Amino acid sequence: MSNENKEWPLWEVFIRSKAGLDHKHAGSLHAADAQMAIESARDVYTRRMEGISIWVVESKHIHASNPEEAAAFFDPAQDKIYRHPTFYNLPDELKHM
Amino acid sequence: MTQVSFEASFQKKIDEEIMIEPQDYMPDEYRKTLIRQISQHAHSEIVGMLPEANWITRAPSLRRKAVLLAKVQDEGGHGLYLYSAAETLGITRDQMLHQLHTGAAKYSSIFNYPTITWADMGAIGWLVDGAAIMNQVPLCRTSYGPYARAMVRVCKEESFHQRQGYEIMLSLAKGTPVQKQMAQDALNRWWAPALMMFGPLDAVSPNTAKSMEWRIKRFTNDELRQRFIDVTVEQIRILGLELPDANIKWNEERGHYDSSELNWDEFWNVVKGNGPCNKERLATRVKAWEDGAWVREAASAYAEKRKTKKAA
Repeated sequence: MSNENKEWPLWEVFIRSKAGLDHKHAGSLHAADAQMAIESARDVYTRRMEGISIWVVESKHIHASNPEEAAAFFDPAQDKIYRHPTFYNLPDELKHM
Repeated sequence: MTQVSFEASFQKKIDEEIMIEPQDYMPDEYRKTLIRQISQHAHSEIVGMLPEANWITRAPSLRRKAVLLAKVQDEGGHGLYLYSAAETLGITRDQMLHQLHTGAAKYSSIFNYPTITWADMGAIGWLVDGAAIMNQVPLCRTSYGPYARAMVRVCKEESFHQRQGYEIMLSLAKGTPVQKQMAQDALNRWWAPALMMFGPLDAVSPNTAKSMEWRIKRFTNDELRQRFIDVTVEQIRILGLELPDANIKWNEERGHYDSSELNWDEFWNVVKGNGPCNKERLATRVKAWEDGAWVREAASAYAEKRKTKKAA
């Protein structure tokens, strides 16, 4: 009854909700191949016109940063407040910039 | 870090409302609790398609049929979102289906009651989906990211389910005396089982305390059940139906409606597999899985063939 080890591969689904916007991660699903993944993604994630374009990628192809090293990994950005516009003191009478 | 400091920093994150994501450290018990809860939730969506599918071919109009089909399709989708969320915790889809099909995993007891009249489609959408929404809205802020995101999607889709059910009840309640009686009968039969969907009383709920501490749950079973009673009484009045429980009375002091004690022996009996439809539901589900085996195999074979062709 159980179909162990015959599971279809897992795919990550990305959807562009309208022209001009990025594809955004929507979720994942199992499918035998890319075509089937796209068709299932349409049925599962765009039943209410949530998308105009779908990307799928097999989950095994995604590489991720390591959450345990996140503190050190993102540390270089921590002390660079001068990268933000609010760091700069400008005179109040300056209205437009 | 030692095990103790791992757990302390995990609880600190929870207390600060920082979501836990799949690759983050989590205590084994947290993982186990989530796998159990999310997979049960997924199974409930899948088995929940069966009592309603029973009426698709007999819906009284094309409009009702299209709506019911769309609702049942949504439930299938909800099951998929939830299975995917559970898979991020390290259990496979096959393992979960195996647990469902062998009876090792539970699903919501409500689906072990029969749907004997068309009014049951109204009562299910209104009361059963209504109770589910009451449970699910707080889960949109549950501490495990993939579960919370799945619930946001589910809740967005769920509200039409409740409205279409209430609309069915409304049509029947405003119809002929026989139709109104059918609506009343459905309300009377589904009321107590719907209240039981919130789970056992807090005093005897084995998982509540830990789940609250881990912010998997945000409200207790009794709190949500009371909230559901309070809003539903008003909805019953608008339908013009009789209250399904003679003991429903406004309690000024508590600021809530009082109601009868539920029959918890019945609840545990259905949980243990002895409800009116437990065997039928499981058998139908297993048959659907087995009858679909050739489709799964054919799709795999086709994908394999195309891969080899492309490589050649």
